Amino acid sequence: MASALAHSLGFLWYRIRNSPLTLIGLAIMVAVLLVMALAPELAPRDPNLVDLGERLLPPSHAHWFGTDEVGRDLFSRILFGSRQSVAVALFVVPVSGTLGSFTGCLSGAVGGRTDALIMRCTDIVLSVPSLVLTMALAAALGPSLFNAMLAITVVRIPCYMRLARGQALVIREMNYTKAARTFGGSHWHIVRWHVFRNALAPIIVQGTLDVGGTILMAAALGFIGLGAQQPTAEWGAMVATGRNFILDQWWYSAFPGFAILVTATGCNLFGDGLRDVLDPRQKGR
Amino acid sequence: MDASILSIDGLSLEFPIYQGAVRALNGVSLRVGPKEMVGVVGESGSGKSVTAMLAMRLLVADSYRVTAGSLTMLGQDILQASERTMLGLRGSQVAMIFQEPMTALNPTRRIGDLMLEVIRLHRHSGRDEARAEALSLLRGMHVADPEHVLRTYPFELSGGMRQRVLLAMAFSCKPRLLIADEPTTALDVTVQRQVLLLMREKARAMNTAVLFITHDMAVVSQFCQRVYVMYAGSVVEDGPTAEVMAAPRHPYTRGLLHALPDRVGSRVPLEAIRGTVPDLTQLPRGCAFAPRCPLAREACRERPPSLPVGHAGWHRAACWAVQEEDGQP
Repeated sequence: MASALAHSLGFLWYRIRNSPLTLIGLAIMVAVLLVMALAPELAPRDPNLVDLGERLLPPSHAHWFGTDEVGRDLFSRILFGSRQSVAVALFVVPVSGTLGSFTGCLSGAVGGRTDALIMRCTDIVLSVPSLVLTMALAAALGPSLFNAMLAITVVRIPCYMRLARGQALVIREMNYTKAARTFGGSHWHIVRWHVFRNALAPIIVQGTLDVGGTILMAAALGFIGLGAQQPTAEWGAMVATGRNFILDQWWYSAFPGFAILVTATGCNLFGDGLRDVLDPRQKGR
Repeated sequence: MDASILSIDGLSLEFPIYQGAVRALNGVSLRVGPKEMVGVVGESGSGKSVTAMLAMRLLVADSYRVTAGSLTMLGQDILQASERTMLGLRGSQVAMIFQEPMTALNPTRRIGDLMLEVIRLHRHSGRDEARAEALSLLRGMHVADPEHVLRTYPFELSGGMRQRVLLAMAFSCKPRLLIADEPTTALDVTVQRQVLLLMREKARAMNTAVLFITHDMAVVSQFCQRVYVMYAGSVVEDGPTAEVMAAPRHPYTRGLLHALPDRVGSRVPLEAIRGTVPDLTQLPRGCAFAPRCPLAREACRERPPSLPVGHAGWHRAACWAVQEEDGQP
């Protein structure tokens, strides 16, 4: 078991190694995760320490990214901000991915009316622009980081359902699913052991691609005040506050914005690369 | 009736499509007795596989309509049976193996996991017990290193090996009926023979009846006691294999046998049956084979012939011309 896992990981590494962009993406993701874990050690100051004597200072040796309107160190706040954004992604992607793909597989494998009903529900959700829907949901639930995560999760689920159902429709017609039925497997058993497993590859790729999108979404919600609340450091909210000072104190919005840009790009690069690696049509390249 | 394992009577089935229906089965009657090995032969589209899929109820619900007839398997009316009843039958009483062993095993799971799963679905045995059972099943299939095979993924095995694994899984619960849907079509001729011999050996040892679906007349002649020849969704001829092979009566069966390379001598040109299989959405009013038949006459185009009743188990053909010769009604 362990050796097989090591073997497939080794194979993955072998494929990724040859793709510089994927490597860059991977490096960024690892760096962000490290920052998130080590924020208290890395940050030069307490992110919430108010010092009114040092308001809106430009980047300098003491404050690498400058300070905000109440004199908090922006560098420290950005390091701590990674915790919010990444936490959102780490919650939203696994939860919506698992729920969405499992119901999607079930729906596709069962077929008939159940399938039609479930798919019409996803159509309704997908017909509304996702940002608008997320905002509406988050606003209805009340502004907080947790509610923002819930809202994003709910809105993401139908994407995975669609994807998984498409896979399930193909896998349902595969001989091994039919064979499993002739051996007396129930619907539930077949979805769990045969459909879900084989539908997983594109879902994993969609998941990694979604990490970037989710971070952006969380930042967007933070920007309009529906995400993390003051005084918690959160990138989107920092960009929003910094907007008031953008003409004279460019660094206030620029650095958190840059953090969002780098993180999202890193995730997307890695996701793209992973898709190429996992795509069976590219095997042997 | 005596105790049939599978008994199909006058079964007609169609797949509704836009403005019409594909009439896949048109009054099929077929019987498999205990311990019997029965062959069903016919071209693609003759309804062999649909019959098998219906018996296992594997056709997508709502996609088909049974318009007449009945299908009874192991005393259960399959057309009416609940999904729960089917779950009880599949695997434990009736097993099925498929045409392509390449795709009939889940590529993401090990052979061992797949086999243990099937064994444990029907018997509430522990892991170790099931594992021992899987090993002995594989040994029974003359698999050289069963321990190793249990640890492999399907893609690591050859076609013949996979079909043996599938046979082992099919026989794991001592089924009373095995439906084999062209089990060896995708295999090499040499492997084909080994697999078929194994299948017969196991079926005999476990008193399993076999419904053997194929388009290979040669295989049928070696392995089956009785044979049904299907054409365009109907049984056109049935009887003991030796008799059907020695003296085929229906013009279609004759055509099929004439198209076999090893039955006609060398330097005799092979005869293909002229024409093509009829469009199942627009079957002719009379005999479906009439447009291609050398013996076709007026009656053939007007009324569909049927197998003479009261001669069940005998060699008989659904053909007006043949029945006229014999002086049958």
